[in-house]
Amino acid sequence: MKTRLPVVVAFVSGALMILSFFGRGPLVDSASEVALTWQTIVGGFSLLLGAVSIVRVHWRRVATRERDRFYSLSLLVCFVVMAGSGVFFGIERGTVFERLFNTIQSPMMSTMFSLLAFFIASAAYRAFRARSVTSAILLLTALVVMLGRIPMGQLIYSQLPAWADWVMSIPSMAVQRGILIGAALGAASMSLRLILGIERTYLGRG
Amino acid sequence: MPVTLPDKQARIAGVTPTDVFLGGWLALVVSRWLLPTCTPCGAAAIAHAGLFRMERLNALVLCVIFAAAVLWYIAHARRGGTIYIRPLPGLSAVDEAVGRATEMGRPVVFIPGTGDLDEIQTIAGLSVLGRVARVTARYATPLRVPVLYPLPMAAARETVREAYLDEGVEYVDPETVQYVAGESFSYAARVGGMMLRERPAAVIYMGQFTAESLLIAEVGQSTGAIQIAGTAAPDQMPFFIAACDYTLIGEELYAASAYLSGDPKMLGSLKGQDVIKILLAAAVVIGVLSVTLGWGSAWLMAAFEAK
Repeated sequence: MKTRLPVVVAFVSGALMILSFFGRGPLVDSASEVALTWQTIVGGFSLLLGAVSIVRVHWRRVATRERDRFYSLSLLVCFVVMAGSGVFFGIERGTVFERLFNTIQSPMMSTMFSLLAFFIASAAYRAFRARSVTSAILLLTALVVMLGRIPMGQLIYSQLPAWADWVMSIPSMAVQRGILIGAALGAASMSLRLILGIERTYLGRG
Repeated sequence: MPVTLPDKQARIAGVTPTDVFLGGWLALVVSRWLLPTCTPCGAAAIAHAGLFRMERLNALVLCVIFAAAVLWYIAHARRGGTIYIRPLPGLSAVDEAVGRATEMGRPVVFIPGTGDLDEIQTIAGLSVLGRVARVTARYATPLRVPVLYPLPMAAARETVREAYLDEGVEYVDPETVQYVAGESFSYAARVGGMMLRERPAAVIYMGQFTAESLLIAEVGQSTGAIQIAGTAAPDQMPFFIAACDYTLIGEELYAASAYLSGDPKMLGSLKGQDVIKILLAAAVVIGVLSVTLGWGSAWLMAAFEAK
């Protein structure tokens, strides 16, 4: 039953979505609407599950005096302050929650995003080393595209932006479409396996 | 006793008639008691408008052909037919990566993407997690699965628990699968910090990723871990190719669970998928020829138009 019930739920949910795509009428529309509402409700309640998990793990670290307990303690303090300010004082404009979000969390997220530039540089340095003919072609193509996308590229050679556009819209696009078609078929095949209960490895079996 | 056609089809697909009965019963309950709008007036409206969206007939025909090809090859595999699947070095390296972690006494980190459970790539990632958890349980290697959303956390915990039980190991460590953050950059910061502190010997990325992919993969690369990635997000593939030792591209992610399990039914579905890919490639060639030679392509475009 423990294995069969998730398979039956997957079958019913999948069949319902297929019916709502190909069928019409109040019965089909309402059924898919109810299914989507259930999904939203389950998703909402699952947040509680996540909150309990995060508090339990970090509280245990603090209680057992682990080496990195101060990180866990700071997380618990931040968790209580953010959640408490949101629950007791609201999240509207001008509230403590909004100020904490705008002055602490948002800049920290922006900082993380900005770090991406440095990581791209280090990854590009490794990827674009001309160790073979194919990696040399990759390096040349990358140079053309990067130079073609900046004003200096046009100053170096007026046709560089056109070359960069050609690389992006013809060979690169063709490869992307090939990958997308393969991925879409793979997703459809996997969905079929899930709906029919053939694929059960996500349940830890098989 | 003769086997009726629906029974036979259900058995071929791996679903028992009891499953179909239970599913049908559940659907009936949903439609009969939980849907207040299903009135006789609604029934009249259905009759008037037609139950089927005729504008989606082409999609239905393609779906039927696709399902038929997949089911035929599944049946072929069940009858004992040989099915060849090309080797995927990234997946063959999973056991090697876990073995390395065992020898070094360091953990294996598995990241099931940063998508929620309604994303098919997350399910594909969890399927690979089942296999990884089984191998880590066998060799008593620590496993870390940081998760971005609570629902995949619950699913991943269940996947790991079942895999551990299959290997005769009890799942007790609450840090094995843990919810980390609900926002992708916070998640990247937490996972990066964890990798720098714990120095994993292997990091496996399987699922949907967005901008945080390189932030995590570059940190993993700096720790010297063997890195295996798989995603169907075309924008993130170059990052993984640059930062990881092995990368599964697009459909290879969805094929991973079938490849690792070696189950003939699942391998058969991959073969059916390949047949459809050949048909689509033929349609592309016909489309290119018909446009180039001026035969007119309106009929082909209508056949594949999404409405």
